[in-house]
Parts: sequence; structure tokens; C-alpha cells
Amino acid sequence: MIPSDPWGVRTPYAPGQPWPARVDRHTVEEPERWVQTASLLHSNGDGIDIGVRGNRIVGVRGRESDRVNRGRLDPKDVHGWQANASPDRLTRPLVRRDGKLVETGWDDAMSRIVRRSSELKPLEIGFYTSGQLFLEDYYTLAVIGKAGLGTPHMDGNTRLCTATSAAALKASFGTDGQPGSYTDVDHCDTIALWGHNVAETQAVLWMRMLDRRRGSSPPAMLAVDPRETPVAREADVHLPIRPGTNLALMNGLLRILLRRGWVDRSYITAHTQGIDDLERVVDAYPVARVAEICDLPPAGIERAAELLGGAKRLLSTVLQGFYQSHQATASAVAVNNLHLLRGMIGRPGAGVLQMNGQPTAENTRETGADGDLPGFRNWDNPSHVRDLAALWNVDMATIPHWAPPTHAMQIWRYAEQGSIRMLWISGTNPAVSLPDLARVRRILSRPDLFVVVQDIFPTATTEFADVVLPAATWGEKTGTFTNADRTVHLSEKAVEPPGEARADLDIFLDYAARMDFRDNAGAPLVTWHDAESAYAAWQRCSAGRPCDYTGITYDKLRGGSGLQWGGERLYTDGVFNTRSGYCETYGQELSTGAERPASEHSGDGRAFLLATDYRPAPEVPGAEYPMRLVTGRTVWQFHTRTKTGRVPELDRHAPSVWVELHESDAGALRIADGDVVRIESPRGAIEAPARLCGIRPGTVFVPFHYAEQAANELTRTTWDPVSKQPMFKLAAVRVRKAGS
Amino acid sequence: MHLAHYLGLLHRAQDALAGALLEVGEAHRDEVDIASISAQQAGICRERASSLHPFAERYSEEAPDEPERLHSTLFHGSRSGGLALLRDLQDLYLMAAECDVAWALVGQAAQGLRDEALSEVVSAGAAETSIQLLWLRGRMKQAAPQALIVG
Repeated sequence: MIPSDPWGVRTPYAPGQPWPARVDRHTVEEPERWVQTASLLHSNGDGIDIGVRGNRIVGVRGRESDRVNRGRLDPKDVHGWQANASPDRLTRPLVRRDGKLVETGWDDAMSRIVRRSSELKPLEIGFYTSGQLFLEDYYTLAVIGKAGLGTPHMDGNTRLCTATSAAALKASFGTDGQPGSYTDVDHCDTIALWGHNVAETQAVLWMRMLDRRRGSSPPAMLAVDPRETPVAREADVHLPIRPGTNLALMNGLLRILLRRGWVDRSYITAHTQGIDDLERVVDAYPVARVAEICDLPPAGIERAAELLGGAKRLLSTVLQGFYQSHQATASAVAVNNLHLLRGMIGRPGAGVLQMNGQPTAENTRETGADGDLPGFRNWDNPSHVRDLAALWNVDMATIPHWAPPTHAMQIWRYAEQGSIRMLWISGTNPAVSLPDLARVRRILSRPDLFVVVQDIFPTATTEFADVVLPAATWGEKTGTFTNADRTVHLSEKAVEPPGEARADLDIFLDYAARMDFRDNAGAPLVTWHDAESAYAAWQRCSAGRPCDYTGITYDKLRGGSGLQWGGERLYTDGVFNTRSGYCETYGQELSTGAERPASEHSGDGRAFLLATDYRPAPEVPGAEYPMRLVTGRTVWQFHTRTKTGRVPELDRHAPSVWVELHESDAGALRIADGDVVRIESPRGAIEAPARLCGIRPGTVFVPFHYAEQAANELTRTTWDPVSKQPMFKLAAVRVRKAGS
Repeated sequence: MHLAHYLGLLHRAQDALAGALLEVGEAHRDEVDIASISAQQAGICRERASSLHPFAERYSEEAPDEPERLHSTLFHGSRSGGLALLRDLQDLYLMAAECDVAWALVGQAAQGLRDEALSEVVSAGAAETSIQLLWLRGRMKQAAPQALIVG
């Protein structure tokens, strides 16, 4: 059946009960066979089967046995598979000849890339990858970058969606790795959603929450969001916070909990360090001050604190409202603080979910395709680097570890300055998704920058490429990926890719072979040849680290369904990954991102309570640009619509951009619902029809998916000092009726 | 008692660092992280410098004339062209290091005088300065390979 609304029919359940199954299915013809996979159109990791007839995908169904979705389908997955068969798929490599992209063969395209790579120094080569490839692709890319070429310039677009999640987990708990589990929804008595519009970003997780809300003894719900999202409408307490002030709210809430004694002092003493500093910092945030900074009613803040303080099993989820805003890491860390202070971590219903934005974001973090060292290793710990050098049998000096890895925004800056001269972009569309697109186009147009784009469709970014590599996608290649609650899924190849399109792994393996990367014994550096052997190499790399995959084999995944690494929950014994020899970071100062030296590290298995002061955002609305822009998502589209925009059943729900305004602002500007509105920032301007709906006054919302009138024409190049995640949710803008 | 002079030196060093942070941030505004963190830290330097005022006044009554060559100038303006960013950050680092030493010495005096209020200001200021040093050093280390090898 096809859900009649995005979240379908309810299957209510009581606390502690298993979530009832509901098997969603949508086929256009009867499949001859079903092929196992998981969703690649959001980060929830729903288990799915692809229905195949001949060499065609003819439908999907949810996997009833899967722990993540129990058979349900996200509306994007019901129809999104149709994009695979779009007639405009890239099917042949393209190269630029006399200024035009023309078709060529793989040998010519790859030879050009290899020739250019060989002309350049390692520091002149950068990689900007995706949150939508598979684990095996990322690990291979990471080995090519770190042990083959030896460049620190590698990151994913996951920097835009998930970097703060990783940074916050490392800061508080010592390494990356999600503490909680989706099954915490089954057990909790309170759910706090911090800047997380889960109804639209992870629709199936929202179904789970709604099913608890409709069952007996439902959990209380708190939503912090400047918009009246479906989550905010469902919540018992909604705080429509002023964008850019999350940290002030968090500090204020922690102060109330501490002052009222709604904390677990014995847990704090046994399992954390830093309580004195934290108490000193948050004590400067009495409710009245917080109410003023955040523009919230004091009674609402008090109610939120009572809800958090009274919870016996508190589940928090955090996403872009925190991650893409001001003081992102400090605010996400404050949610970790809340759980540590209350001793609400590592037991059923008591957990933190620092969410991911993209389906395979987790794997960029694990494998090091986001620049980190693979296996959550610490670039500043020589013994961790030595482990990798031994594993790959290369010199330690080859592996860049003299500084933190180059984050995406810095990679683009080096390209802008001309010191990165080859940029290989895989599976992403930065000409729509990065902030300040006019600047991004200028960089991609530089004549001295050799741009390789590996994708499945022509995009705004392929237009700037020197070489375009046609890739296979989900359903056309085999590999694994891991969701936000550490659930690993196997995604099997169901059909052949179109034309000459190749699996991303095969493209990277071909590059490694042509570059003839060797280890110290003179043997090929990359010893694997397909997805399963790449996975086996990754298993060896992950052994003994928090994300140890050695117990999760293709055989166990095949026929079964998703399996979690690390067990259902991490830190069940209150012992964290902070020991100096084991941790992924020696810590960063939260206001500047300054990396702390090993000599100052005091990690001993206790978690860190870290606090810092709220400071006003760098761009605040003023006379010229009086309103605040936040960008975001709709449930019907994913990312820059390269897939969902090609699926009529999805696209028709949200075919083009719009802007959400509060009625009072619209009234003052003489804008009626449906009027086309011009939105201008110091960087650019777009036009979009107005929707007068639930959003706080003074704030406007534009979904970021649409290339034609892209919200990122307006956004500012600026990022969180710790996670380096761009701040998409705080541009100052002005709004007027178009043509006026 | 010369403490007032050293408080003056520290005050001026903090103010000079604030001014230099703003100037370097503005000169390299395309390095957006440096521009925004410099501006933030300049504000912190200024705030902390002003918190030294009451102590400078209190101890100035017992101070002899200011000694010669008390103040030195470490910053001569931001640069442009190759290596400009690294050289400018290095200037900032040396200025922050001057503050760091001055905080330590004023802190010693505060202890000798059992002036707890001054000790508190010193420990807060010294902590801020050490963050600035850490940030500047890390940022230079990150930038150096690109600037020195392929810049």
C-alpha cells in the first residue's frame, strides 16, 4: 500500500513494546525477484527490497524484519527509485574539448585524470565527495588520498550536514559514534527534538515517534525550532527560538536543572569531568536573560526545563537547526551535557541521537573520506598513525597528520587561491548545495583548476567539469552503508547500470591501478578488487576501534537485515572513549576550535562536560537587511533534487521553490499569500512565491533543494569554528514583493 | 612599587593585540574563519583590558615614574602578497605571547600582594590569552604546508 499522507497509518504501541510492523509496498509491475538494500534518500537507513523484472526496477517494499523501519517506507523511497531509469542519466564519460563537453571512452577520461594527477604535487590535489556513496567507495578513496597520494585535502559534502554531529560526539565522549539507538523511542518517556524536523528529514523515525504518541503512556515532546513544523505542531512544548541563539537557551536550561537539583550527582561524579567550569558558565544564564536573547516567553523555557528535568527516560535528537546554525558544536555538546548531567545515557529510552543529514554520512566519518583518519583514529596521536602505516605498509610520513585534515570550506578556499589545482568531486552537486553560489561558480570556472565530476546525472556542477565520469547508483552496485544509529545495511546490485556507467568503487580502483600506487614492499597499495574484498580490507582497518566491523560480515547481512556495530547502545557502563591512547581527539576549545595538545589531555574514561558562553552571530539583521533567513528541507525532495526532482510523484508535491513568511511581516510588506517575493542578501537574490504560515516573525524560510532559485545564492560563507560546518541558517536578508 | 607600570604594559599589550586582530582579520577577510574569530577575540581582549583599570588606578598612587622603554611595538600593520597571512598570524602570536608573559608576572605580584580580586582577573585573562595562542599556533600550522610548498 502507498501511504495516503507522508507518514501513513498509525500502529500505536506502548512503552517497552516492540514497534509493530507495517509493510509498505509499491510496485508498477509484479517483480520476478526481490533484492535486498536500504534507503539512500535520507539518513534513516530503512531496510528495503528492490523489486526487479528483467533488468528493470519495478518497485520497492519495506523489509519487515529490519530493526530500523519494520517494513515502512519513507515517501521518497516509495517512488524515488524511478529516477534510476531517467532518460537523462550520464551513460558515457565526457571531456572538455574546445570549451565543450563531448563524449569519450573510459580510457581517455581516466588517462586525462591520471596525467593531471601526475603533474601535480599531493597538496595541489583535493577531493570533495558525498554522503551518498557506499562504505567500500569511501574507504578506497581514503586509502588513495592518505596512503597513495598523501594529500590532506579530502572531505565530503557531509561537512554540510553531519560534521557537527561528529564533532560534538568526539568532544563529549572521546570518539565519534552514536550513543543512542532508534529503539530508545520505544522506551523513552520524553522526547526532545533540538532543531530537528524529523517529520520531513527522517519520516520513518517520525512514524515511530507518532506511534508512541498515539499509544498508551505516550512520551512528552519538546520541539525547539523557529518554524511551526509538523514536529512543533505535535509537541507539548514548542520553543520558536530566534535563529542563532541555541547556545543561550541550552545554557539557560542547564542552569535551571542544576539549580533545581534535577541532575544525577552520583553519575556526574563517577562518569564526567568539568562540572565546576560548566556550572560557572551556565550560571550566567538566568531565565530572564535567556528569554531576551532567544526571544522566548520565560514560562516556555521553564516548562521545557520541567519536562527535561522530570523525565525518567529522556531521548534527545539533534539536527540542522543546531548543526547549521551559530555556535553549532557548542550547542550540540550542550545536549550531550544535558544527558550527562541527568545520567540519561546508555540505557533503554535514555539516549542521545546526534543525527546525520545524508544516508551514508556515517561512513565518511568512519572511513576517513571526511578527512579524519580511518577508524576514528586521532591524527595527533603518533601511535594511531603508526597503526595505519603498518596496516597499509607505507611510511608514516606519507599519511598527512601534521595538522587537522583540510575541511571542505578550506579546500574550496585553496582552490579559489589557486593552490589546489585538481578537484575531484564525487556524488555531489556543490554548485547548488554550498553557501554563496556566485563564489562557488567563480571557483569552478578558474582556468587553472582541473575539475573532475563523478555523478549519475548532468548537474549544475558537471557544467564546470573538465572530465565527467558516469557513475552507477543505488540498485546498480553492491556495498554497505550505515545509518545514524550505527545500523549497517548491505545494498545489493539489482540491475545493470545504464550505458557505460560504472560503480564508484570500480572508478576509484581503476584510478589506483593507473596511478600504480605501491606499498613499501613494492606491492600494489590497494589490494581489493570488488565490494566484498574492499569491505574485508575495511574490517581489518576498523578492528579494535569503536566502529569495529569485524563481527558484521556480508554473510550475516545478506538475508538478514540491518546490524548495529557497537551493540544496541554505547556507553552502557558509563565508561567513555576518552582515554588518551584511545580517543579520536585531544579536544578543541569551543569558541575558536583551537586544537588542544596531547600534553593537556586528561581523558580517563569519564565524559567531558564542556560549556562556553553564548555570543551573538556574525551576521545579525540590521537596517539594510532586517530579516533572518533559515534554509531547510521538505519531505518530498532530497538534497539538490538530482533524483527526487526526476520523479513526478514526488516532485509534484513540491516542484519549485517557495518562501515562508509570518503574516505580520507579510502584512507590513503588503505581500499576500502566493505573491512572488524577491529575497536579497549581500551575496545575491532569488524570487519565490510567498507562503504565509507558521514561522516566527522576522524570520523567513526557503528550502535549499532548487537549483533555479537556489537559497544558497543568499547564504554566507562562514562556518562553525569546531566542526567547520557552514552556517546555512543565519543569513540576513530583505524581502519585498517582486517588481515593486 | 612598579606594579602599576606592568598593569599599564599589560593593558596596552591587550589593546594593541585587539587592534592588530581586527586589522589582520579585515586584511584577510576572505579567510572567513580568521576574520570572524579575530573579531571575536579582539572583543575579548578589549573587555579584559578594561577590567584592569581599577587595579591600575589603585596601584598607581604608589608608583614611581614610568621606567624607560617600558613599551615595545610588535605590530607594524598587516601585509599583502605571498606569505602575508602566515607572517601576520605570526605577529599576532608574538603579541599574544607578550600578553601571556605579562599576565604571568602580574599574577605573581597579585599573589605577593594577596590581591584576590586581581588574581581572579589575571587567571581569566591568562586563560583567554592561552586560547588565543593555541588557536593562532594551530591555524598557522594548518596553513603552513600549503603556503610554503604550493602557495
